[in-house]
Amino acid sequence: MFDKEKINKIIEERKRWESTTVPKWIENRPEREKEFHTISGIPVKRVYTPEDIKDMDYMRDLGFPGEYPFTRGIHATMYRGRIWTMRQFSGFGTAEQTNQRFKYLLKEGETGLSIAFDYPTIMGYDSDHPMARGEVGRCGVAVSSLKDMEILLDGIPLDKVTTSMTINGPTAMILAMYIAVGDKQGVPREKLGGTVQNDMLKEFIAQKLVIFPPRPSVKLVCDVIEFCAKYMPKWNPISISGYHIREAGANAVQELAFTIADGITYVEEMLKRGLKVDDFAPRLSFFFASHNNFFEEIAKFRAARRMWAKIMKERFGAKNPRSMWMRMHVQTSGCTLTAQQPLNNIVRVTLQALAAVLGGTQSLHTNSFDEALCLPSELAVRVALRTQQIIAHESGVADVVDPLGGSYYVEWLTNEMEERAWEYIHKIEDMGGVIEAIEKGWLQQEIANSAYKYQREIDTKRRIIVGVNEYTTEEHEEVPLLRIDPKVEEEQIARLQRVRQERDNRKVKQILQKLHDEAEKGVNLMPTIIEAVKAYATLGEICDVLREVYGVYKEMIII
Amino acid sequence: MEGLAEIEKLIQGILAGEKRSIARAITIIENDGQKAQKIISAIYPHTGKAYVIGITGPAGSGKSTLIEKIVKKLRENGKSVGIVAVDPTSPFTGGAFLGDRIRMQTLSLDKGVFIRSMASRNSLGGLAKATKDAIKVLDAAGKDYIIVETVGAGQLEVDVVKVAHTVIVVLAPGFGDEIQAIKAGLMEIGDIFVINKADRENADRAVIDLLSALELNTEKKWKPQVIKTVALTGEGIDDLLKAVEEHRKYLEAGELEKKRRKRAEAELLEAISQRLKDTIIAELKKDKTLESFIEKIMNRESDPYTVADILLQEKIKGKKERND
Amino acid sequence: MAERKIRVLIAKPGLDSHDRGAKIVARALRDAGMEVIYTGLRQTPEQIVETAIQEDVDVIGLSILSGAHMTLFPRIMQLLKEKGIKDVLVFAGGIIPDEDVPKLKEIGIKEIFGPGTPTDVIVKFVKENAPKRA
Repeated sequence: MFDKEKINKIIEERKRWESTTVPKWIENRPEREKEFHTISGIPVKRVYTPEDIKDMDYMRDLGFPGEYPFTRGIHATMYRGRIWTMRQFSGFGTAEQTNQRFKYLLKEGETGLSIAFDYPTIMGYDSDHPMARGEVGRCGVAVSSLKDMEILLDGIPLDKVTTSMTINGPTAMILAMYIAVGDKQGVPREKLGGTVQNDMLKEFIAQKLVIFPPRPSVKLVCDVIEFCAKYMPKWNPISISGYHIREAGANAVQELAFTIADGITYVEEMLKRGLKVDDFAPRLSFFFASHNNFFEEIAKFRAARRMWAKIMKERFGAKNPRSMWMRMHVQTSGCTLTAQQPLNNIVRVTLQALAAVLGGTQSLHTNSFDEALCLPSELAVRVALRTQQIIAHESGVADVVDPLGGSYYVEWLTNEMEERAWEYIHKIEDMGGVIEAIEKGWLQQEIANSAYKYQREIDTKRRIIVGVNEYTTEEHEEVPLLRIDPKVEEEQIARLQRVRQERDNRKVKQILQKLHDEAEKGVNLMPTIIEAVKAYATLGEICDVLREVYGVYKEMIII
Repeated sequence: MEGLAEIEKLIQGILAGEKRSIARAITIIENDGQKAQKIISAIYPHTGKAYVIGITGPAGSGKSTLIEKIVKKLRENGKSVGIVAVDPTSPFTGGAFLGDRIRMQTLSLDKGVFIRSMASRNSLGGLAKATKDAIKVLDAAGKDYIIVETVGAGQLEVDVVKVAHTVIVVLAPGFGDEIQAIKAGLMEIGDIFVINKADRENADRAVIDLLSALELNTEKKWKPQVIKTVALTGEGIDDLLKAVEEHRKYLEAGELEKKRRKRAEAELLEAISQRLKDTIIAELKKDKTLESFIEKIMNRESDPYTVADILLQEKIKGKKERND
Repeated sequence: MAERKIRVLIAKPGLDSHDRGAKIVARALRDAGMEVIYTGLRQTPEQIVETAIQEDVDVIGLSILSGAHMTLFPRIMQLLKEKGIKDVLVFAGGIIPDEDVPKLKEIGIKEIFGPGTPTDVIVKFVKENAPKRA
């Protein structure tokens, strides 16, 4: 990219600058730290010049937006053509309450829906299961049967709105319910658009919302991907996630590496089923966090795109450029929110959102300022949405594609992140792959170590968190909190019982037996699961059948 | 704080199999020598009934999951079980992370199962005395089987032989275990070897390697068995328990008596040795001349062995004089 | 005689699966010389109390971020009472709104540590407040 002679001159000058100009400054004003690092420990210099990226080749390493290797963006026009999707994760209480929140957000300008489910639903328990006691509707909406899904999506046109559902273990069942509602609305399945998270590897690694052991869990993931590849071309059947890995304590490089390693694993599993890579790869999507170190995050997103493109083309031989696109959703990092001085979080979220936009995300969720305390109130969630809208329409950053491209620092950091991520990926492959590494507890240990290190940095004030270990106040800010009415649990249980009474129980029993047999045989379970939900078999009942066949997972503890 | 009356109550509780008493007693045993002795002496006549199985193996081999399945089977057969899971104490911080019971948590509500996690507390060379005494408590409490789980990596594990009737070594294919086991001396202590995660590709290879390594060990009269299991699904558990019963029968045919005698002798000698040590060291610490001897050693005017001889001579002479 | 170690049970009641904080606290307490038993995720109140009994712990730390604490904590404290466990220090952490703290303290939870609490504070608290038993 640069003239060799000019680079040598710059190197010369840099050395001169370091030995003459810099020391004078340091004498009067010593630098704040002996060494500066990003959160993943990458040492960063005082200033970056063409010297730091002298071996880069523009066409090979960056290219043009919308073209391989897609470093600068997967679309040629990016936000000039269409602003990223503003998709705020939401859900709580009963299906009715969440339905109302959806209608509110759509009215206020949200362009896609995102559904959060409650813990019992996520773990494949019905709202009246003993483990569900006290948890129904708390962290998301309770969905125990198709009836709940029907109420949840009432009045929402599924051919016009795309929906992202954050569900993993019971993805097949929840997706089946969504499809059933679409069928009822008369929307052809090929027209349904949305995403299910459906990434079990990261559950074993980080989020731990696991029902069945690793191999059957991955099998179910692939069942969903395969079904969607055949029948629902507009649906993203998986959101390969780094967000949770990050939230569990991983640093940016680990987040990048482990997520891509997971992606590689899923592609390999799908190829084992006999599908061709271009049959399903275009619909694989990704989900990352946006954390505090502004430039590290931007570099991470760019490195991710380039790495995935290379892997899909060179390793898996993809021919369709869409197979090489890393389409991503980003959420600003929840674990960076503070309970102290909550309004500060608005600033954090703004910076994190900006990093995601400068990093070229396709879709973005911004956290609400009160989320370290509770589920977001209406006011808080509106501010979060406005944050995105202001970035989109007032700041001008959406008017140029990859505006930071070419920055010596950002390009250097992008290269550095990629290199370090590759080291991790090779290590995992040497171990025999992600599932092996999970069973050895290696990934979990890496994350636990990073988490502990980060906490120690905060404890010792080597890392400042404003309002928490520095710039603290005694005053208490009054923030209106959202409270879940305990009546929610009662109402939900009552509805569930009505469903069980009013359905054809004989039919349900038959279908569940069929499911049992098919699970034993190892065939794709989606069609039968759709049948089961249409007969109003409950989530818990369907999951229990699979628990019998696959067993229940017990975690290996790594601290 | 427990006084004599409370200790009495504890002892009664142990003999009645009452969980709280068992738990409190084990804590006392870990922390208070005098009270521990009272408890052990009182319950000793009631020990010797339980069958003790030692289970050891490297981390990640699936021991805890295996134990859970074994216990479930034993419970189905109407047996009560005590489990002691031992984890190493950090030599640097003195703390320990006791994370084994998590794999067995479904058993925690079973009235016939008692699970206790213990830290090795850096006992010099192996299994803490407290662990051995904890086993006695569970024995006196009426447990039919007691399982002692340790992480297989060294002295701790070799020591488990001293307390267990049957030692099971759990390995998983592909961990390089075969070599590890030979290094750690596990090959010599195992009565039964388990290749867990036997649904893996290299499981059969691991079995072959293990069998050939065991061939070299012709000393033992009991020929160690190699069992394949898949702890997650419960495959092979029946075979494993069958092997345990076979080993038990073999022991009861004669070896058991020998073992019992050896152990009783070893425990006696250890108790004597501990007392002697405690007594003499306590006296020596009061001895004002100790400091000057230490100085001499530091200045290389004398050496630890010579000083020890001198001091002990004086002690023995002193005792003799008092006795005469 | 052997030094007495503080035995701590770190528990995750209910379905909440956020264990980053619980694990950090477990590690910090271990590094401070304590013996830490971690129950793993998704424990019922019954399991937690039974574990506390069998392990004869001095301290119980409850971690919860799902908002279900007002159902689960009172149940745990009730069970401890029923089983006659009186001399155990109980503390909690996670996402627990300030308004709930007084009620929780009333039922016997000595302290609640919210997000942002330095781990040293928790370690010090446990060291100073763990019951001194024989």
